[in-house]
Amino acid sequence: MNVIVCVKQVPGTNEVKMNKETNTIIRESAEAIINPFDEYAIEEGVRIKENTDGSVTVLSMGIPQVADLLRETIAVGVDNAVLLSDKAFAGADSLATAYALSMGVKKIGKYDLIICGKQATDGDTAQVGPSLAEKLGIPHTTYVRKIEQITENYIRCQRMTEDGYEVIEMPLPAVITVVKEINEPRLPSIKGKLKAKKTEVMVYNADDIGADKNLCGLKGSPTQVVKTFVPEHEISGEIIEGTSREQAQKLVQKLMSMQFMTCK
Amino acid sequence: MNYFLTEEQEMIKELAARIADEKIAPVALEYDHEGKFPHDIMQYLAQSDLCGVYIEEKYGGLGGGVFEMALVVEELSRACGGIALAFAGTGLGAFPIILFGSEDQKQKYLPDIASGKKLAAFGLTEADAGSDAAGIRTTAVLDGDSYVLNGTKQWITNGGEADIYTVVACTNRSKGARGFSAFIVEKGTPGFSFGKKEDKMGIRASCTRELIFEDCRIPKENLLAREGMGFIVAMKTLDRTRPGVAAQALGIATGAFNAALKYSRERVQFGQTISSFQAVQHMLADMAIQIEASRCLVYQTCRHVDSGAKDISKESAMAKVMASDTAMKVTVDAVQIMGGYGYMREYPVEKMMRDAKITQIYEGTNQIQRNVIALELIKQASKV
Ligand SMILES: Cc1cc2nc3c(=O)[nH]c(=O)nc-3n(C[C@H](O)[C@H](O)[C@H](O)COP(=O)(O)OP(=O)(O)OC[C@H]3O[C@@H](n4cnc5c(N)ncnc54)[C@H](O)[C@@H]3O)c2cc1C
Repeated sequence: MNVIVCVKQVPGTNEVKMNKETNTIIRESAEAIINPFDEYAIEEGVRIKENTDGSVTVLSMGIPQVADLLRETIAVGVDNAVLLSDKAFAGADSLATAYALSMGVKKIGKYDLIICGKQATDGDTAQVGPSLAEKLGIPHTTYVRKIEQITENYIRCQRMTEDGYEVIEMPLPAVITVVKEINEPRLPSIKGKLKAKKTEVMVYNADDIGADKNLCGLKGSPTQVVKTFVPEHEISGEIIEGTSREQAQKLVQKLMSMQFMTCK
Repeated sequence: MNYFLTEEQEMIKELAARIADEKIAPVALEYDHEGKFPHDIMQYLAQSDLCGVYIEEKYGGLGGGVFEMALVVEELSRACGGIALAFAGTGLGAFPIILFGSEDQKQKYLPDIASGKKLAAFGLTEADAGSDAAGIRTTAVLDGDSYVLNGTKQWITNGGEADIYTVVACTNRSKGARGFSAFIVEKGTPGFSFGKKEDKMGIRASCTRELIFEDCRIPKENLLAREGMGFIVAMKTLDRTRPGVAAQALGIATGAFNAALKYSRERVQFGQTISSFQAVQHMLADMAIQIEASRCLVYQTCRHVDSGAKDISKESAMAKVMASDTAMKVTVDAVQIMGGYGYMREYPVEKMMRDAKITQIYEGTNQIQRNVIALELIKQASKV
């Protein structure tokens, strides 16, 4: 079974720097990590490969430095790494990203399953996985917390919902996005790290994958971010003093005066 | 300080550090209080290929030596010296096979140790034979195609948890230490059982038990080297594993120092952080000096041992004494800097102080190490 895992580079810290002109994140500055949710996607891909024989390919669209992050995934069992990198991809929203990835997937060719993290920790849109499935014309399931069964023809998985889960069966090939409950990502191994050092990441530009540049990057992005700002939280707390009994009494009085509670 | 590690050594150190910080540190106090053996942590080491860092590549290891082993022990011990001992104790049990095993023995036992599938242990000490290891009474008698073992080994690290045991017994009592032989004994062999788990001051996540042999019959092929080589097998093994104890001490000291330094910058008394008091600053400086000096000696000793040098007893004893005395002093000072909080079981330095003590005792007490060092110095001087 051949699995493609889509991964994204995100800033490792909480201090995200924005480009004021384009209103997009400046990725060159912050320490870069793989989107934490994608780590679960990689682990699940590697497990499927180990149980069924096949390969795992990681696919990313990003700046050239992302190649180093992709190479590290070899150390946890990934076989091939593909990076889509081109100035034409810069400033892409989730739709343009999904388009570029879909062209990358077609370039890779044979695949049975595509796995994405449920969302990226920087943009938090959770749209790329489903959009990618649409672009490829294949089914998808989001928020997968467990794969119950996977055969050559179909996948049956548990989709997490607010109060439980649904069991969904889809024909393959398909896209799933996974939540962190699905597994515990393994640590890299030394032998894997040594192999990673020698692995070459395939880098493709827009022409290599036959992408229409009008559908890529800022040009291909219908989303226009007008303004971004960090919301200000005005939280003022009050500490109620006294013995536990006094504290409870004061709290009840307060809640009643604020009409959060009534006394019958 | 830059210790000019190779790229692979850096990788090993980083990965061990990651396991220490992510997997061991969060559970160290729990494992200590409950005396829980860290099989789960060993699985992480196994998945990361760290179990075999000191084993040749052809037996599934990474082809490193004592230095690589020490780097792993040091990093793990920063988080918990007891948990680290599951790994280090296995090294102690494996080295007799690495150094003296036949090709068949190596092929049979080393791959499972390298992959982390099996743990090992080393049994020399007995109730009446500690520092005076030549006083052991366990016997092995050749009977047809097997040796029959009788006797009891005491305080054996990984006892009961390990699958592979290297054990020293007398095959010819009249020859004293020259009549000792070393054997490989597998767990599950009839006549081989374990005593109760010891209740210890520190390294409580490590398991220490008696090995009891009652007419325990093992195949003749399990003899290591030749009959009469047992004492040499033990001494040459300990020469190579003492830097591991030193690394354990170094890790414990580093962990305690880090905790004390952090605390000193947070704790406010008399309107200022306690790190602003010169008395505290000087303690921190002294701790750091001793740790760094120990690390220099331990790392360089490892390199000396791995270079294939013949005379390593003195150096390996020096590294062990220096690092373990440092660990004891640094952990006591870390508790002092943290005051009453340092004395509480909720904070890690109380445990580190208990853990540090063993490094001055096992694999030869520091008094015995000083004897070794002094005798060697005098011997060398008399040659001139
Ligand atoms: C937790 C733990 C784990 C252990 N794990 C193992 C293991 O895996 N395998 C194994 O074989 N053993 C193991 N041991 C045994 C350990 O190596 C011995 O405890 C150690 O060698 C000291 O022996 P002893 O305890 O009998 O002390 P003793 O030899 O009785 O020493 C008592 C005191 O007398 C001093 N002393 C003795 N002789 C001299 C001398 N000639 N000159 C100066 N001072 C002297 C010692 O330094 C010490 O202070 C372990 C012990 C412990 C506590």
